[in-house]
This record gives sequence, C-alpha cells and structure tokens, in this order.
Amino acid sequence: MEIFNHNANVNFLGLRKYTIGLAALLMIVSVGLIFTKGLNYALDFTGGISVEVSYPQPTDVGQVRAALQKHGFENPLVQSLGGSRQMSIRLQAKEDTSDASAAGKGGATSATAADKVANDVLNALKAETPGVTMTSHSFVTSAVGDEVKSDGSVAAIFVIIGIGLYLWMRFERRFAIAALVTEVHDVLVTLGVIALVQREFDLTVLASVLAVIGYSINDKVVVFDRIRELFRSARKAEPEEILNRSINTTLSRTIITSLFTGITMAALYFIGGPAVEGFAVTMLIGIVVGTLSSIFVASPILLWLGVSKKDLMPVSKENPELARRP
Amino acid sequence: MSDFPRWKYALVALVLLFGIVYALPNAFPPVPAVQVQANHGAPLDASVQQKVADTLATNKISYTGLAIDGDHLVANFSNADVQAKASDVIKAALGDNYTVALNLAPTVPRWLRAIHAKSMPLGLDLQGGVHFLMAVDQNSVIDQQEERYADDIRSLLRQKNIRYESVVRAKERGNGINIALRSDADRNAAATAIASEYPDLNVNNGDSTGDRFMLNASVKPQKLRQIALDAIKQNVATLRNRVNALGVSEPVIQQQGENQIVVELAGMQNPAEAKKVIGAVATLEYRPGVGYPGDAQAVEAARTGNVPPNARLYYMRGTHQPVLVSKQLIVSGDQLADAASGTDSQSGTPKVDVTLTAAGAKKMLDFTSNNVGKPMAVVYIERVTDTKMVDGKEVRTPRITEEVISDATIQGVFGKQFQTTGLSSPKEASELALLLKGGSLAAPVDIVSESALSPSLGQDNIVKGFKAVMLGLALVLLAAAIYYKLFGLVADIALFFNLVVLVAVMSLIGVTLTMPGIAGIVLTLGMAIDANVLICERIREELRNGSTPHASIRAGYEKAWATILDANVTHLIAALALTTMGSGPIRGFGVTLLIGILTSMFTSVTVTHAITALIHGNRKLKTLSV
Repeated sequence: MEIFNHNANVNFLGLRKYTIGLAALLMIVSVGLIFTKGLNYALDFTGGISVEVSYPQPTDVGQVRAALQKHGFENPLVQSLGGSRQMSIRLQAKEDTSDASAAGKGGATSATAADKVANDVLNALKAETPGVTMTSHSFVTSAVGDEVKSDGSVAAIFVIIGIGLYLWMRFERRFAIAALVTEVHDVLVTLGVIALVQREFDLTVLASVLAVIGYSINDKVVVFDRIRELFRSARKAEPEEILNRSINTTLSRTIITSLFTGITMAALYFIGGPAVEGFAVTMLIGIVVGTLSSIFVASPILLWLGVSKKDLMPVSKENPELARRP
Repeated sequence: MSDFPRWKYALVALVLLFGIVYALPNAFPPVPAVQVQANHGAPLDASVQQKVADTLATNKISYTGLAIDGDHLVANFSNADVQAKASDVIKAALGDNYTVALNLAPTVPRWLRAIHAKSMPLGLDLQGGVHFLMAVDQNSVIDQQEERYADDIRSLLRQKNIRYESVVRAKERGNGINIALRSDADRNAAATAIASEYPDLNVNNGDSTGDRFMLNASVKPQKLRQIALDAIKQNVATLRNRVNALGVSEPVIQQQGENQIVVELAGMQNPAEAKKVIGAVATLEYRPGVGYPGDAQAVEAARTGNVPPNARLYYMRGTHQPVLVSKQLIVSGDQLADAASGTDSQSGTPKVDVTLTAAGAKKMLDFTSNNVGKPMAVVYIERVTDTKMVDGKEVRTPRITEEVISDATIQGVFGKQFQTTGLSSPKEASELALLLKGGSLAAPVDIVSESALSPSLGQDNIVKGFKAVMLGLALVLLAAAIYYKLFGLVADIALFFNLVVLVAVMSLIGVTLTMPGIAGIVLTLGMAIDANVLICERIREELRNGSTPHASIRAGYEKAWATILDANVTHLIAALALTTMGSGPIRGFGVTLLIGILTSMFTSVTVTHAITALIHGNRKLKTLSV
C-alpha cells in the first residue's frame, strides 16, 4: 500500500518565503503567549499542596470548589482527572517564604501542616458528600520547584547543544545551525500551544518537551542525510533542486513515521489515564510541529545559509566503515 | 541472502532467548504480603506461625499463603486493603519482639530466580506509598561548625597562653568567629596558632580600635561543603536505621544531588506515622556535667530559677530529676561512630560501649585528661513541630525537647572508646545504644516535598499503563502490516521482540517502573518502527529504480543504516540528557527511552534483516511484498 505518489515533486522550497514567515510568526506568537498567558505550572514547579480525591458518584468541578470555599479554603484550584469522579485540588502553601530562616526551618513544619490541610480538605468534602476518599496527596516547597525549573532548562539547553555538536561533526556547520534554529522553533511553538490551551505543565510534560526535541531532530536528520547523499551523488547540483528532491523522497517516511508514533501517543492519551495524559498531548503537539518544521522550515534555512556540494564532499570518505554496516 | 553471516543468526537467536527468559518474571506479579521478623533473639518457629494463623482466623482475615522462609515469616493476601488490616492485627498480637512489615512477595518460579531473573520493581505511582524529599538544613550546619570552632579557639588560646578579651561568633551567620585581643603581638600570635592548628579556617585581621585588636576566623567554603556532604551520607545511614524500625521492607533511601535525600516507603499508607520517625530531628551532645542529677544545687536552681552562668538546667529522661550541665560542648552526635550495649564484666551491670570518630576521640581525650572524677552528661535534643488550629488559622510551633539521658562520673582518661555504666537495666542499655547509634542526625533535615498515593490508585495506574502499551503496540503492528505487507509483518515481529528485550534489560538492570517509564515504553514502540519505515521506503525506492529484489534488499539495508545511526545517535543524546540531568519522573522516562533506543537499533535492523534473509534467502524472487 502506498499513500504518497512517489513521483511527486512538490516545490517546497518555492514556498519558503511563506513557510519561514509563518514559522517566525508562530514563534513570536508563542513567545508572546508564554510571557503573557504563561505556562500553567503544576505543583512540581509552584510548590503547594495537592490532594486527589475519588467520588463515589459523578460530580462536577463547580460543586467541589463550592464545597471547599464553604469550608474556608481560599482559591482552591479544582480540576477533573479524566471522568467526573476523580478530582484534583491544589492549594498554594500558606507559608511565608520571605523569611529565610523560617523557610529553612519551616520545611518539616509545613510538611506536617500539609498532612493536616489534606485531611481538612477531605473532611470538608466529606461534609458535603459522604464517601469521598483521598487517593493521593502531595506537598512541595517552592524552593524545590525552582530547582526543578532550572534543572529542566539546563537539560533542554544541553540536549540542543549536544545535538548541534554531533550534527556539526557528522555533517557540517550549516546543518547544525539549521537544526538548532528549527529545534528552538519546535520547542517554543509546542510550549506556546501548551500555554494557549493552559494545559497543566508538570514534570512529565517537561520530560515530553525534551523528548519532542529528540523526536523532531530525528526527522530533520533523515532529510539532512538524504540531502548529503544527493549532493554527493549528483553531478550537477543546484542546491534548491537537491533540497526539494530530498524532502520529496523522504516525505512518505516523514509522514508515515509521524503517524505511527502519533497513534501510539493517541493510545496513551485515551487510555493511559491522568498520569500520562499531559505527556501524550505534548508529544502529539510536538510531533505535528516537528513534522511540519522538518518539511517546511529546516531546509529553507539550510538553503539560506548557503549549503553547497563542495562543503559535503570531503566528509564522504570519513567513515566508510560505519556506512557499510547493515 | 548469502551476505548475512551465520554468527549473526546465532546472535539474534541468543538475544531473543535472553529477552524472553529475563522478561518472563514480569508475567508473575508479586502479591501483597506481610513479613514478620524476630528481634532481640525472639524465636521464629511453628508456634509463631500458628499464632499468626489463629490471629488472622479470629479476625476473619483470609490469606492465600503463610510460611516461614529463612529468617522470616511471610503471609500472602489477595489485596492491599486486606494486607493493611492483617498487618495491624499481627502487630498487635505479636508485640514488640517482632517487626511486622508490609511487603510484596514475589511469585516468580525458583528456576528463574536462580539465574537472577527478576521482575521490575514498581515505582510508588504504581503500587502506592509515601515519598519524601528532604533537604539538609545548611544553616544549622554552619551554626554547628562556628560554635564548635569558637570553643576550640578559646581553649587553644588558653593553652598557648595568649590573652584574649572575647571569642564570639559574628552577628551574621557564616561570617565566622570574631576574636578580640589586647595587642598587635597577641593578635599575630593568635593568628599563627589558629592557622596552624585549624587549616580549615581562613584567618584575617579585622578593625582595631584603641587597645582592641580584632581577628576574624571563618570556615572555608569548601570545608562547609565537605561537612554538608558528609552530613548527608551520615543522615542517609541514620534514616535507614530509623526506617527499618518502622518495619517497611525494601525502603528507598538515597542521596539526590548535593543536599537532598529521597525516602520512598512503598505500601506505607500513613505518612504521619512515617514522618514521626524519620522527620524527628534528634541530635546528641556530650557536655561536662555540673553536679549530679537531683543534687542540692540542681534542685535549688530548678526551684528558684537561678542557674549558674556557665550552666544550663535540664531534666533527666524518665526520672525528671533536675540536673545542671555546662554550656561547653565536648563532642556532638555526628562524631559518634558506634554504640553497642552489653554487660560490664567487673560489676555485672549493664553498659553501653561507645566508639567515637578520630576528631571526637581527640576532643574527648583532651577533656577527660583534665576532668577525671567529674561528671559528664549526654544531652538528647529533639525538634518536633506541633500544629494547632487557633481561630481557624494554623499555628505552628516548633517544640524542642532537650533532656539528659545519662550523667555519670568520668572514671578514667579515655578517647576513642569508652563505656557508660550505671544503667538500671539491660533494656535501658540497649535503648540508649539504639538512641546513640540511630538517634543522631549529623544535621537536621527538613521535608521539602512529600506525596502519598493510595495502593488502589497505583493498581489503577498499572492497569491503564498496561492497556496503553498493548493498544499502542497493537495499533502500530496493524498499521505496519497493512502498509508494508510482508516487510511490515517482519517489522512487527521485531517490534514485539523490541518490547520483550526492553523489558528484559530493564528488569535485569533493576530499573524501577513508573508511569513516565511506561510512557517511555509506548513512545519507544512508536519510534522503533521508524527504522523499519526507513528501510522499507529505501527498498521500495530501489525497486522503483529497477534493481532486482535481492539487490534492493541489500541496498535498502545498507543505505538506510547510515540514516538510522545518525537519527538514533541524536536521539540518544536527548535521552542521555534526560537521564543525567533530570530528577524523579524525568529520569524514569529518560532511562526507559535510552534503553529503548539501544534495543530498537538491534531489533529493527539486525533482527528484521535476519528474518528477511531467512524468508528470501535462497529463493529466486520476481517481486517483493513491501
């Protein structure tokens, strides 16, 4: 079975003014969204207390919130965890973190208090609906959240730079730059979409964003590999034509792989439960963004940077051993 | 296809066999169990087993297995709720001489266990339990160090006959110790003496006004860091002792980063109980005694509140007799290496043998040399926090309990090893030894993050995660078979084996399976097929270009390999970063992804190549089903 016409030769590079323009616009909008709307950071990052409860019969978020407010909890953040019986309730920690010594010594204190608050929440809900049970509760200080944020940023930067260095070694400087720029685009747009829909940004979503980097670089490398191959084998190499041919010949692979990965992530999203839902959604967004940028963004940047046949020639004899392996 | 060597077939067969055998234990899920262990030489025999059986029968708790296995008794139950109930009644029935722990009993057959095949340990999100993240209180590490050095400097200056006006800690924590001297010559002498005696201190001249010549000695940052690191290590050991006392089997207690400790107690359902034990911040201090418990001076001080200036009033543990203890510190709990209870061979009374670290030994030797026949007290300090509701608001009050657990006469000069006698009973001796050994944390720890998950939520996660893996696998298998026909089916076999080998490697290494890990497995399945997509697309291309089927297969694998390698190496870099930089869920996901990429490179390329070669090998082909 074949979905794609293997003789197709769509002039993707001809569209480069529009595609790059659109990509730049998406990036700017995403950055804007991240700064204005902001990411909906989860407990892992903000610190605070979170309680997950299970209701014996379906209920709705509004009811739960009303029940909590009635018992004196200010601004409880109530979310449904897939279905109408599992609810997650988040409260900001009431500790005063401005006092350094209190923050240092108060940790154990707040943890003890967190148990108390969790029980208070449960009792408040039980008063309205008997039969509510607590399935989990957690407590995080804001210091830990900050640490996690900086760890995540370091990991993202390390991934992007590490991949850039590898591509520089295996391909050429221009390929590394084109890949990096596209990577940054993919991450920003993915985050932008998450900010737009205000999906909760927790540790698994962060892991997913980092995985998106790995996934989307995969796509770019496949196209770049073909570009290198065609440059080396072609006698007369017009860069624009070579790039177009590379995208076209790898197009069916690019899309089929994305579909295959997409269906596994959809499976995870629909039946994996609330613990991995955020992960799956982020990955799905990342797959779409990464696939489109592999086709429409990475190669135009490469062309713009001025890639040519002679840049790639000497490398061909570099490692014949690797190329011969099955 | 003749170019596929025989040894590669053998390799493929071996790896697949390895995968099946080592993944197999995961098909035998562990069952909730209660484990009973004897303490203090109490017997563990058929009578105990009978007692447990009777207890369970009278409480109408049904069990699926009850047997003595080596030095412990294991009772199996059908689910976690029954397990928890059973644990409570068994604990009540057996009393203090037995440790009763919640456990997951493996059901893996013996022959598999014999070759070290085991199932993956489950993370807390899959089996329920409590998780704590603790951080060492750096401020108190600094406090402790500066106070100790202030004492040390005072005695050093006295010893060297250098006259000083005062030795006090600077107002700001971390700014060291300020020493006021009377002349420039004294200052120089003091600076030299301190610098040579304590290489871990930075000594600097401060401002001098009139006849006050100031000197500042501060602890070097690298020394503080070293102390903090040591403190973490010691705290991990201490927490392990305490958690063992809780009766949780296989607790996870690990250092994370420079100043954090992760504690995970699977199956534990009540975080408050766990916290009482691990969160209690207790330290020990040896101080010179001023008189003895209940003597006239102490009683007078307790009655009037007039405490001598160099002393503090404490009460004895148990008897609550008042006792006066000097403010001077000899050694603190972090310098205690070991403690063991026993019987004194001369008097026949209970005793506790104490071993100090080298640094502690030197201080103890210095002190006892000059103070034979005088009393020495052991002060036990515990910080607990009470939470009360006042007018609907929470009021948290830290409560510090300080009591003297022993105040005895120094019988002779000693250093590294000494014994405390005069204890009333062997029980008291063993309790004191336990307190000395396990009761002292090198530095107070604070719980900075905590979570508790019910076992039912864990069960729910396992079921959902398993279904997601199966559905994801089924969908990809179906899609590949439809799109690439025979080559798709070959890829399917490889993908299935990828899952098997991935699970086998994770089980063998002992990677803890968590929900993010399951997400990593599903993602690996979706991406492992990519190599086969690359190969199949290449073969199709070669066929279109007019190559023969055999040449197409060969060229397809050859040309696709370079691409697969590049794509996977870049992906590996990402996975490596996730594994090394991330913490908690990110790490679990990263490890799975990392192993998955490596196994998929083998299964998607070598395994499919072997199967393809088997199918098409010696036949004349006109077309390929791709």
